[in-house]
Formats: sequence, C-alpha cells, structure tokens
Amino acid sequence: MDTVRHFLNLRRGRRGPELADYLSYLYLFAGVMVMFGPVLWLVLSSFKDPAALAEFPPSILPYAQETVTVAGYDDPLPLFDVTLENGEQRQLAQVRRIGLEAQMIDPASPEEIIRVHINDRQEIRSVQLATENYTDPLERFNFLTYLRNSVVVTVVATVITLVINSMAAFALSKYEFRGRTTVFVIIIATLMIPISVILVPVFLVITEIGWNNSLWGVIIPGAATPTGVFLLRQYMLTIPDELMDAARIDGASEFRIYWQIILPLARPALAVLAIFSVMWRWNDFLWPLIVLTRSELFTLQVGLNAFQGELNVQWHYVLAMTVLTLLPITLVFAFLQRFITSGIATTGLKG
Amino acid sequence: MSQIDAPHSVRPVSGQKQARSLKNASGAVFERLFGVVMSAIEVVINPIQRWIGIKRMAYLFLLPNMLIFSIFVLFPMALNFYYSLTGGTQLFPQDRPYVGTDNFETLFNCGNYLDPNSCVEDRFWRAVFNTAFFVTFQVGGMVLLALITALILNREIVGRGFFRSVFFYPVLLSPVVVALIWKWILQRYGLINAMLDQFGEQPVLFLLERDWATFWVIVVSIWAQMGFFMLILLAGLQSIPAVLYEAGQIDGANKWQSFRFITMPLLMPTMLVVLVLALIRAVQVFDQVYVLTGGGPGTATYYMVQYIFDTGFSNQIQRFGLASAASVTLGVVLLVFTLLQLYLGRRSDAA
Repeated sequence: MDTVRHFLNLRRGRRGPELADYLSYLYLFAGVMVMFGPVLWLVLSSFKDPAALAEFPPSILPYAQETVTVAGYDDPLPLFDVTLENGEQRQLAQVRRIGLEAQMIDPASPEEIIRVHINDRQEIRSVQLATENYTDPLERFNFLTYLRNSVVVTVVATVITLVINSMAAFALSKYEFRGRTTVFVIIIATLMIPISVILVPVFLVITEIGWNNSLWGVIIPGAATPTGVFLLRQYMLTIPDELMDAARIDGASEFRIYWQIILPLARPALAVLAIFSVMWRWNDFLWPLIVLTRSELFTLQVGLNAFQGELNVQWHYVLAMTVLTLLPITLVFAFLQRFITSGIATTGLKG
Repeated sequence: MSQIDAPHSVRPVSGQKQARSLKNASGAVFERLFGVVMSAIEVVINPIQRWIGIKRMAYLFLLPNMLIFSIFVLFPMALNFYYSLTGGTQLFPQDRPYVGTDNFETLFNCGNYLDPNSCVEDRFWRAVFNTAFFVTFQVGGMVLLALITALILNREIVGRGFFRSVFFYPVLLSPVVVALIWKWILQRYGLINAMLDQFGEQPVLFLLERDWATFWVIVVSIWAQMGFFMLILLAGLQSIPAVLYEAGQIDGANKWQSFRFITMPLLMPTMLVVLVLALIRAVQVFDQVYVLTGGGPGTATYYMVQYIFDTGFSNQIQRFGLASAASVTLGVVLLVFTLLQLYLGRRSDAA
C-alpha cells in the first residue's frame, strides 16, 4: 500500500520529474517488448513441431505431445490422461482413433485394448524442442551451400573492400596530386547513388564480363564503397604526416608506409568499416537476386526467399532457417554492440 | 561486458579499446600472414615506385578502387541514360535501337496525372503514389519515434546501453529475415490474430487486405530502421554541451524552455541529416516489402524499385529501356534530396 500511495503522491505532489522517470521506463520496457518480442517469438516458434505451429491460439513455449514407445508398435504412441468410466484416472497411449472412439493401451500392459470416448482423454504435453526443424533442412535442402556462398561473399568482399578502400583513402589523405579534389568530389557525389538506380547497366557490365551467375558478380560491383573511402580518409587525415616523413628518411617505400604505419594506426576506422561491410554483404538481397539465378549459387538471403516461396506451408522449416540466418549477425552484434553503435553514431554511416 | 554506459560513451575512444582486444583475439597468426602477403606485394610495387617516383604513387594507390568504381558505378550511371533512350528487349547496347525519349513518353503518358488508371504505364504511377504515401508516413512516424526514444535515452537512464542495443538490434537484421519474422506474426493464425482473439475479435488477413497491408508495411519498416536514426539523434543530443543546460537553469529556464530553446535549435542540424537520410532510404523501399507482400494485394504495396525490378528483370518481356527510364526518374528524385541535404547542411554550418 505504501508504495502505491507513494506513487500516487508522486503524481499529485510537486515532484513532477519522477513521473517522467516512470513514463520513461514504461516506454523503454514497452519498446523492448516491441523491438525484441518479434525475434523472440520467431525463435520460440522455430522449435515447435508442425502440430504446435498449427495451433490457434498459439502457446508461447514449444509444447509437444509426449509419446511412448511400446513393444509391438513401430511408431511411438501419443500419451493421454484418460478418465475411465469408473472415474479412475490413468495414463494411456493411443493406438488408433476411430470416429469418436479412441483405442488406448496401458504402456505397462500393452495386451489389453481399452476403448475410450475422445472427450474423456486429455493430451499430455511438455516443453520439447523440435530440433528436427533445424536438422532436416540441413540434409534435405541446399542450406549448407547457401551458407557457404554467403560466407564466401561476405569474407572475400570485406577483405577486398578494406584493402582497396584503404589504399584509395591513403592516396586521398596523404598525397598532393592533380585531380585529388575532383576524385574526392566524385566519390562524395555518389555516396547517395544506390544500386537500385543503376541496376540495368551494372547487370550489362556483369554479363559482358561473364560474371552472370558467379559469386564474383555479387562481390566486385559493391567493393569500391564511397562510404568506406570517405570514412577512412577522414580518419587518416588525423594521422600526423611527420610519421611518414620519418619513415621515408629511414628508407621505407611508400607501400611499406601504407601497410606498416598507416594501416595499423587506422585500425579503429578499419574495424568499423569491416563490421559494416559484413553487415551489408550478409544482408544484401536485391543485387544477388538479380545476378544469381542458379540455386547452387544462392546466398542465404536469396535462398531463404526461395524457401519461403516454395515451402509456403512448411513454416517449421522456414522459421528454423530464418533463425539460422539471423544468428551470425546477432552473435557479431552481441560481442561488438558497443563498438557498432558508437561507430554509427560517430560516422553516420548508412546501416 | 557491462551493459551500463557512462553518459558519453558514444565516442570513438571505446571503439579503440575494443579494436585492440579484437586484434589480440584474432591473434598473431593473422598478423604474420598479413605481413607475408604485404611484403610479397611490396616486391612488385617498389620497382614501380622507383620508376614513377613518390609523387605519382598516389595514382597507383587510387587505381584499384577507382577502376572498380568507374566500371561498376560511373560507367553504368552514364550508360543508364543511354539505355533509357533505347528500345527493344535486347540487353547489349549495340543491339538496341535508339528511340529518343519514347520511354519517358510512355512512362509519363497520362490522361490525368492524379489518376493512375488513365496512364499507359499505370503500374508505374501506382508505384509513384504508393511510394509517396509510404515515404510520408514511414519517415514521419519513424523520425518522431526515433526522436522520442533518443530523448528518453538521453535522460539519466539505468541500463542505457542495454536499451540502446535493443532498439538498434532490428537494424542489423536482413530485409528477408525481417519480412519473414513479420509474415509469421501477421499470418491468419499468428500472434496478432491470437491477441485479437483474446479480445473476442475476428481474425484479420492482414497481408491480404489493402489498407492493412499498407499499414503493416509501414510499421514493419519503421520497426526495422528506427534504431539507426535513434542512434544518430542520440549522438546529436549527447554532443550538446551540458554547460548550456546549467546556464539555462541559472537563468530560470524550466524543462520545456530548455528543450525549446537549447535542445531543439542545437539538434536541428542532426535532425535535418536524419530526415534526408530517411527520405532517401524510404524512396528506395523494396526488399522487405517484396518478401512480405510481393507488392500486393493487387498493387497496394507496389513501390518504385519493384517497378524497376519487375520491368527490367522479373517480367517475361524484359523492357530494359523502360526500367532505365524509371531508374533515371528515381535517380533525379534522389538527387533532389541529396542536393537538399547539401544545401541544408551548408546553411546550418554557416549559421
């Protein structure tokens, strides 16, 4: 009671800001439900067997009916709580159901068949994880191929992006040369040009090169990111030029200065770009969708989309595959969340 | 990792610390490998440096990035204009007849611009109107929510880092994953219908009714992107010097006044950036919606990028010219927004 009175006093009294605090936390907790709830629901659902998924209204946890293996029967039999005619409660396994009558047996003495009205029995259910949702698609579909393609695209593209963007940024930040401003302005001007605006001609270029239906066609076009060059250049500008001069006096070549002095010093910016590149590539959808038409080359995102088109009713597989697709990026975020959020906040990169 | 942040943790400093631990984790193996590869490249590059001189090395560093950039961004941009002026269904430019502005005339051939039914390319105009509607409500709703969330997180909140991460988390999910998560929640036997059922309401086929589909597409896209803009706004808020608020308090400003006369004007530049970025992104809406509704029901959620995709790649007859003409139109819209951002950015710099 005291706390309630205290709370009411807060409202009526002169301590207005306290109410704002309560509202803030209310908003934040509601936010947590809304932002994280759908993902949690996905994960919980992905562990339900098809019967539980078809249930309406759905249960929150993945319940499944308990089964028992009885000698003389090949398949596991579903277990029920049964109220017999004499009022006795027993746990029986159902052999088969004929109309409104169920034929049950006692797992302990499977010889005797007991006939029960279906309204007199109740399913015995417990929380069970339907891990076959995860294991089946791995065997029956190309999931592992998609996964491998996605990993290849993400890793190779990120390495290429880091190398060529950092070299360009090094040139733009540490050298005086004719055309420097022009190059920089062109890069900045294309910051906002998304691939959706130049789909057709990029597709032509890819086809001319022969990268149609090749992972290279997915990897290379987006490698020279203007965002990356811009971010790295801004960071490298803060590295003092004296370091380079000293290295030159010591006889270091320009390329050595690049990889032994500038790159290690630009590591924070490189890390931010690496994380972004991984995110972009892992989640990329439209461009791979256009370039890749052979299913053995699909990335996870394209494969997942094809999945849900083909397996319209097999939600138990679709959900499990979705969880597997979001898992890597979630792990990356869990370990680097502070790094990622501060990276975005300081650079204002597109996410 | 502690979830509770100091108030000013949105800074590159924490990034540097984590980068260092990252480096330790990845281990010396990577460093060695990196060194070997780079030394090998040096053997090739150092003679070139002796040949062209230090000054011109800048061009060499720029070369890979600019090569990819020219082939896959600049050249396609120019080619896009050419495509938009040619007809036929052939991909290679040499096979395509020049048709002048025919494609644009087809696109803009309308009896009445406000009525898509009177247009030759009615799907394009439906897409334009749908996109305009989507942009208005998605950007409006999202920026408002992002601002509220950022303002709340800027208060003295316990566990700010945790809440910030939770609000940001959906940003990392791929459009396909986001769409599938929500498809599962919105389906006939999904979570939302289960909640409606609790209140005794009839289930709704959310993705098969025009208005509901439009509504949910906007909600889902706000859900998926809000955290990104929230982060930028939060960084903007935290960069406002606390001294100003103290000074305001001394001058007797109340909460509202300090918000109105300190927070709002100082947050304005960030706000403008956020608005324009959100606009640019909303105009390009595609992947999430493509997986969630496929543009349906009918053309209720059919947007401009999907028109380009369908016309150029997905339909049986691939009308690349028309698709390019539509991309040029989209590009012009994006260019206007980008220039607007540059203009506003300069103005707020001058102010």
